[in-house]
Amino acid sequence: MRIQEFTKGIIKRNAVFSLALGLCPTLAVTIMVENALGMAFAVTFVLVLSNLIVSVIKGFVPPDVRIPCFIVVIASLVTVIEFIMRAYSPTLAEHLGIFLPLITVNCLILGRAEAFASRRPVADSILDSLGMSVGFGLALIMVSAIRELLGSGKIVIFGHEIVPTVLSSPAVAMTLAPGAFLTIGILLAIMRRFRVI
Amino acid sequence: MKEGTKLVVSPSPHVKDAISVRGIMSAVIVALIPATVSGIYLFGLHALAVIIASILSAVGTEFVALKLMGRKFVMDGSAVLTGLLLALCLPPTVPLWMPIVGAAFGIAIGKCAFGGLGHNIFNPALVGRVFLALSWPALMTRWVTPFDAVSTATPLAKGFGSVPIFDLFVGNVAGCIGETSALAILIGGAFLIAMRYIDWRVPLFYIGTVGFLMLFLGQNSILDASDLDSLVEVGKESLFHMFAGGLFLGAFFMATDYVTTPMTKLGRIIFAVGAGILVVAIRTVGGYPEGVAFSILIMNGFTPLIDRVIKPRVYGTKRGFVGGG
Repeated sequence: MRIQEFTKGIIKRNAVFSLALGLCPTLAVTIMVENALGMAFAVTFVLVLSNLIVSVIKGFVPPDVRIPCFIVVIASLVTVIEFIMRAYSPTLAEHLGIFLPLITVNCLILGRAEAFASRRPVADSILDSLGMSVGFGLALIMVSAIRELLGSGKIVIFGHEIVPTVLSSPAVAMTLAPGAFLTIGILLAIMRRFRVI
Repeated sequence: MKEGTKLVVSPSPHVKDAISVRGIMSAVIVALIPATVSGIYLFGLHALAVIIASILSAVGTEFVALKLMGRKFVMDGSAVLTGLLLALCLPPTVPLWMPIVGAAFGIAIGKCAFGGLGHNIFNPALVGRVFLALSWPALMTRWVTPFDAVSTATPLAKGFGSVPIFDLFVGNVAGCIGETSALAILIGGAFLIAMRYIDWRVPLFYIGTVGFLMLFLGQNSILDASDLDSLVEVGKESLFHMFAGGLFLGAFFMATDYVTTPMTKLGRIIFAVGAGILVVAIRTVGGYPEGVAFSILIMNGFTPLIDRVIKPRVYGTKRGFVGGG
């Protein structure tokens, strides 16, 4: 058990900016910081528990059918988090829409299960998944904060105005799909330029 | 050793023409003077302010971007041209920060992010325009009549028959700063074609495709025409669609851009016909009244594919031999 398993996923091997995994939700739900927080929470729940379970069952799973087994584990967890969100935060679940059940096929989660949890000890797997979740969450918040600020002119999280109106006529394009690609591309370019990742 | 007897060892090309990037850009800017002057004459001094803001922003952004990229800034006029073209396809009422944002976006994202002049896939001026149109749709559709600046819609939004064809031709209609006068654009375009800076095939096939398809797909179709009067109406509507909107500006000055359009003659014809079909599709069934900017950008995306299929004849091979080895 090493602490690097946790820290590597936050910046150096960031899911979105370094591994380019989980780009689909990053593009789709980062219109608002609120959605990004919800998605980050859901992914953290699924990623940590799936890494834990996959790491525990890795000895019993025949190698030929390992991917279907991982998917069953992940899909079950996604169903749980979907029901929880629908019950306790229906508006957030509605905002996330199809991208909530689609966490099942998020390459970040299957990627960590296949590449890490299925061949490492349980403790390492949990640390890895926690680090990856933090990194993924930070990336989502970063992208969504930029998009909400430029595209809506202000940042509102669960009814609280975090950043008051700074742009009187915001750029609507930033809330559309091109805005997501532009934001991720520019952030990636800046990070590569300064060798952050 | 005396100058002139030196053996020069250099990579190809060995034969160089006197035409330079700066020369071509200057010629295109000169060709845009009639459209620019007519725009300022029709829509007043605010149009001039928009043009100046756009050019300054384009040049300034290119300067900063090239510095960041660690390259030398060369005043080759391409940024000036991008700024001018962007301003000419903006409504005359836009607040001054819009050309500044649009030109900066077009140059930074549309051009320098791809590696600078010669590497951009999409026309930077149109990238800037489309970003503005997507971001601030309300501000980008505030049209006014020439001279007295009364709010109105563009001829394309109002539909065929709303303005006389002659007004469309000389530019006495609502529209973007530099796009309304087909006559002024035609003067500049004729100059460029006469100087052989642009290929006459592009505007001919682009505008021709739109005119030809509108014979069939307009409100008055040639297929339904029974007598001479209705045939005249069909012809008039076809002319309306050729002169209205930004088709002339796009056909002469944007679809002929060296960097973002195909290299071969046949490739350019395919580009122009494709863009013409897209314009007709957007105008007749699309959600926007005008589609010139989108049509050129979409065909810009097809340019590498067109160039891959239609290759220039390799020197020394037989004519009509496709592929060239």
